[in-house]
Amino acid sequence: MQQRRELDQVYTNRKLLNGQLDTPKWWLPTVSILGVVVLIGVVVIATMINKGLGVTGLARPVYWGLFITTFVFWVGISHAGIMISAILRLTQAEWRRPVTRAAELLTVFSLLTALVFPLIHAGRPWRIAYWIMPYDISRGIYPNIRSPLIMDPVAISTYLTGSTLFLYIALLPDLGNLRDRTTGWKNAMYTVLSLGWRGNPRQWKMQTVGGILLSALMLPIFVSVHSIVSWDFAVAAAVEGWHSTIFAPYFVIGAVHSGVSAVVTMMALMRWLWKWDDFIRPEHFDALARLLIVVATGWLAFTFLELTFALYGQDAPEIALREMQMFQWPWNALFIIFFLTAYAIPVPMWLFKRVRTNIALMFWTSILVNIGMWLERFLIIVPGLARRTPFVYTWEAYRPSAVEWTIFIWSFAWVTFLMLLFSKFFPLVPLFEQKESQVFTEDVMIGRAKIPAIIREAD
Amino acid sequence: MRKSILGLFQQPEPAADAMDGLKEAGFELGTFDVLTGTPYPEGAFGEHVPQHRLFRYPAFGAIIGFTLAVFLTSVTQLAYPLVTGGKPILSIFAMLIIMYEMTMLAGVIATVIGIVIESRLPNMQPGIYDTRITEGWIGVVITFDDESKVADAESVLNKAGALEIKHA
Repeated sequence: MQQRRELDQVYTNRKLLNGQLDTPKWWLPTVSILGVVVLIGVVVIATMINKGLGVTGLARPVYWGLFITTFVFWVGISHAGIMISAILRLTQAEWRRPVTRAAELLTVFSLLTALVFPLIHAGRPWRIAYWIMPYDISRGIYPNIRSPLIMDPVAISTYLTGSTLFLYIALLPDLGNLRDRTTGWKNAMYTVLSLGWRGNPRQWKMQTVGGILLSALMLPIFVSVHSIVSWDFAVAAAVEGWHSTIFAPYFVIGAVHSGVSAVVTMMALMRWLWKWDDFIRPEHFDALARLLIVVATGWLAFTFLELTFALYGQDAPEIALREMQMFQWPWNALFIIFFLTAYAIPVPMWLFKRVRTNIALMFWTSILVNIGMWLERFLIIVPGLARRTPFVYTWEAYRPSAVEWTIFIWSFAWVTFLMLLFSKFFPLVPLFEQKESQVFTEDVMIGRAKIPAIIREAD
Repeated sequence: MRKSILGLFQQPEPAADAMDGLKEAGFELGTFDVLTGTPYPEGAFGEHVPQHRLFRYPAFGAIIGFTLAVFLTSVTQLAYPLVTGGKPILSIFAMLIIMYEMTMLAGVIATVIGIVIESRLPNMQPGIYDTRITEGWIGVVITFDDESKVADAESVLNKAGALEIKHA
């Protein structure tokens, strides 16, 4: 942590509020292009709802395909946010400061996007409320809470609500800052949103204590959410490859792997686009890559265990599924790409510090991880359904249609669009955290080396 | 509206001197406060350490959430007693998951409400303020019931090295 330079608060305000107080040249064209893609996606979704799921490649016996894979993928991405933010706050890790807000945002927007997929996958989205809410007192029919398909929306709604509130509370001091730097309608908006923030010791204490308390509350929710998502599959006894007792921790650690990688991607983009070299530094990528090595290796152990447990029982259908997953075209090609991109290429590269501190390499390796992690979900969900089993009278090979691919692309455009829209009104890096870092830093001389030391409160 | 003044400093040391001076001059705790654009270590300005009850809020929320979850999971299942997969109508494991999520959700919502209330927010008339505070300046604000003490406070702020004093 020796790369920091002393920054005054006026400079910090000017640099980190450059998205809100000015409009970068690239912002409008990028948002416009993304807006067009989002619009196309919305039209395609509307068409699909109008025509029915026949326009997708879903057919007997593969009824869960690209939509459910992408749903699990975005829920996984959302896990980085609170995990990074909460763990780093609880452990008072100094390098958390530029990371937390971006990570929390990623949670909120990827969850919002994830929720769309089961909704449209249902074919008749207006009926989904019937599944998840006690809805019809006159008929006395209520949702079956024993189904993971009920537990899942309950868990995700809890996570989304908690994450959004967490994000807002941590935004309060920066909203006060924006109120002080703006005029007109923007000033009025920030005045209302900042709730009259002044920055007295009581308010700062509540930020600190409240942040730690919320982190402690959000962490168990974060673990529960992807566990429950995994039970959508794991409690289905009829599908080989799904019915596994290790799915809950396996999904959680896989989600952390893909989520932290997504945070790396986002931080690299933030550094390049807003020119935040002083705030998002190579040391932050170094720290995230070290974390990723541990997480990825843990995840690899679970992948190995999943295969071991599947094969150890010598259950013929299970062995047949694994044989298909790993050795039959096209699944074998996907399996090789999955293994190379999710682990075999990026993790050995991250062992070298010159890779960990090279932002371009970190950017591309983090994208590789997410290609691999999307494929992992696809390889878990689809082959189990696609394998030919007795007593199924018809089979169709599953090929995602253009409609499904368009909606898949829409989801990436939609998350990026929301992020950029957010960046126009709210800072992506917490300013008060950056300034606190300056206040709590003191240069100390050790021999002839000047070391920036971090002062930490006793409690 | 009560009279208040704001002394502005660029460094924490003179602001802490002003806070000490105000105490020595007989100003009561709670009538003066320090405003900063970033959190400083607790007690950095010799300020009154605020007491709070934030830890009660999540417990209170969790109790409400748990109670609602017990009601939701048991009453709805008993009201529509459809046996699925031979499982009991009140299937404890499945109920626990919903109870857990609702307990945590209510705990988080109550904590957020607690943070807002304990921060004394929303406060739409926050009183005297200066926008330079979010640029690193430090404000020492004093509120008076007795306007005769304004001169004493100004003198303390000037003695500590206030760069500017604002009145409201």
